[in-house]
Amino acid sequence: MIEVQELRVRFGETEAVKGVSFRVPPGDSFGIVGESGSGKSTVLRALSGLNPNWTGRMALDGTALGPNRDKSFFRRVQMVFQDPYGSLHPRQTVDRALSEPLLVHGIGNVESRILQALAEVALPESVRFRYPHQLSGGQRQRVAIARALMAEPDVLLLDEPTSALDVSVQAEVLNLLADLQRRRGLTYVLVSHNLAVVAHLCPVVGVMQGGEMVEQISADDLRAGRARHPHTAELRTLSVELEDPEEVVGT
Amino acid sequence: MLVEIDNLRISFATPSGVEHAVRGVSLELGQEKLGIVGESGSGKSLTARAILRLLPSAAQVSADRLRFDGIDILAAPENVLRGIRGRRAGLILQDPKYSLNPVMTVGRQIAEAWRVHKGGSRRVAAQAAVDLLEQVRIRGPARVAGLYPHELSGGMGQRVMIAMMLAPDPELLIADEPTSALDATVQAEILRLIDDLVSRRGMGLILISHDLPLVSHFCDRVMVMYAGHVLERLAAGELSRAQHPYTRGLLECLPSLVHPRVRLATLARDPAWLVG
Repeated sequence: MIEVQELRVRFGETEAVKGVSFRVPPGDSFGIVGESGSGKSTVLRALSGLNPNWTGRMALDGTALGPNRDKSFFRRVQMVFQDPYGSLHPRQTVDRALSEPLLVHGIGNVESRILQALAEVALPESVRFRYPHQLSGGQRQRVAIARALMAEPDVLLLDEPTSALDVSVQAEVLNLLADLQRRRGLTYVLVSHNLAVVAHLCPVVGVMQGGEMVEQISADDLRAGRARHPHTAELRTLSVELEDPEEVVGT
Repeated sequence: MLVEIDNLRISFATPSGVEHAVRGVSLELGQEKLGIVGESGSGKSLTARAILRLLPSAAQVSADRLRFDGIDILAAPENVLRGIRGRRAGLILQDPKYSLNPVMTVGRQIAEAWRVHKGGSRRVAAQAAVDLLEQVRIRGPARVAGLYPHELSGGMGQRVMIAMMLAPDPELLIADEPTSALDATVQAEILRLIDDLVSRRGMGLILISHDLPLVSHFCDRVMVMYAGHVLERLAAGELSRAQHPYTRGLLECLPSLVHPRVRLATLARDPAWLVG
């Protein structure tokens, strides 16, 4: 469904992404993990069309992508961002935010689709005419996910979707994302600095460091400690160490 | 005993009624490390700031006892509190971007913190600043002293904050989500640094976080807060034996690399916890 080959992104003098390649089969999830500055969000932004200055090859369902994206692309690919405060218009109600993708793409049945969307992300109908500031962070993120689903996309690009949420809310949102994927056959590209979150949702994980994808590893291999690259091993050790101080598993 | 809190209550008047943010919290702290864990809105930050009386002016505070080294915080005049804030008890916040002065070099800010509390000449303070940067394990401390906050990474910014807070040799350090904005590798380093400095200087530490496993790793004791109440107190090594369903819920809802689950356990919030 998604194919990226030798992607390079440069900001002025700095090359933030140095030849990254990966592919995601339809209905699959690909996780991209790395620290701040590793280039993971930049990859996603290039893929989504938010950044037109890249070289290499990117394709959606076999069709090559250019520097800019058109409406038909966004009918198929949507993004969910990290900051639930920042991604919703503060002066628009939830209803308005959810109807916009339908208006943009000329999709009818607005009323029933909005109600269905709220139900699908387990939001009560009472939030429909509220403003973002009247919702909790978790509720806002659900609205962001619902909005992304309004256009009935095939692909969701998720940039740290739960990093700003409390752990209990994170668990609910991760379960929701897993359910939605199963139900709708969605393809995910999930970016996060949290290895446990990424491995939970994605069977394959790409590890980024300094703009390079230093390893692509299955979640199973990652858990079992079969990392090949030292940075992967390092991230794994940290994640495992913090999980259970008494159980530091060597690689 | 460094800190004694008995029945602390903090509330705010809002257009829709009184909001009780902290509902009868008690704690005692000596020369040890206490972790306060809770989600957003649990009242953990307010509790810690109450020790320094650094609360918003709209906050209504009351307590049977609120003492720092025997000093009654609620009754103390401003000049006594000024002698405690910064000098005897330091506070590190989550994002150094917001705590550091963007138009002063890092060295000057640390030196300023030094001089405010210890006096002395500018030259002595400048040298002390470089020494402190070295103590927080910054490489090339003299060079970094000449940098501005925006030239630092998140981890370096936090080290600078720690250096500033340690300049007056305080007895207590309150760290409010000091590593939440940092990457995993940097997070571990910063916490180890705080741990090491606190141990070596014989300080008390209050570490506030939403991350229960993290806090138990770096503290002696943990206090779990929810909706302004303390639901459970544990020794750090006893997390796995937590009794309260909320604490267990917090632990069990985490995605785990080592123990993967198809579906994450979610917290069923019991309204009975609100009464505590």
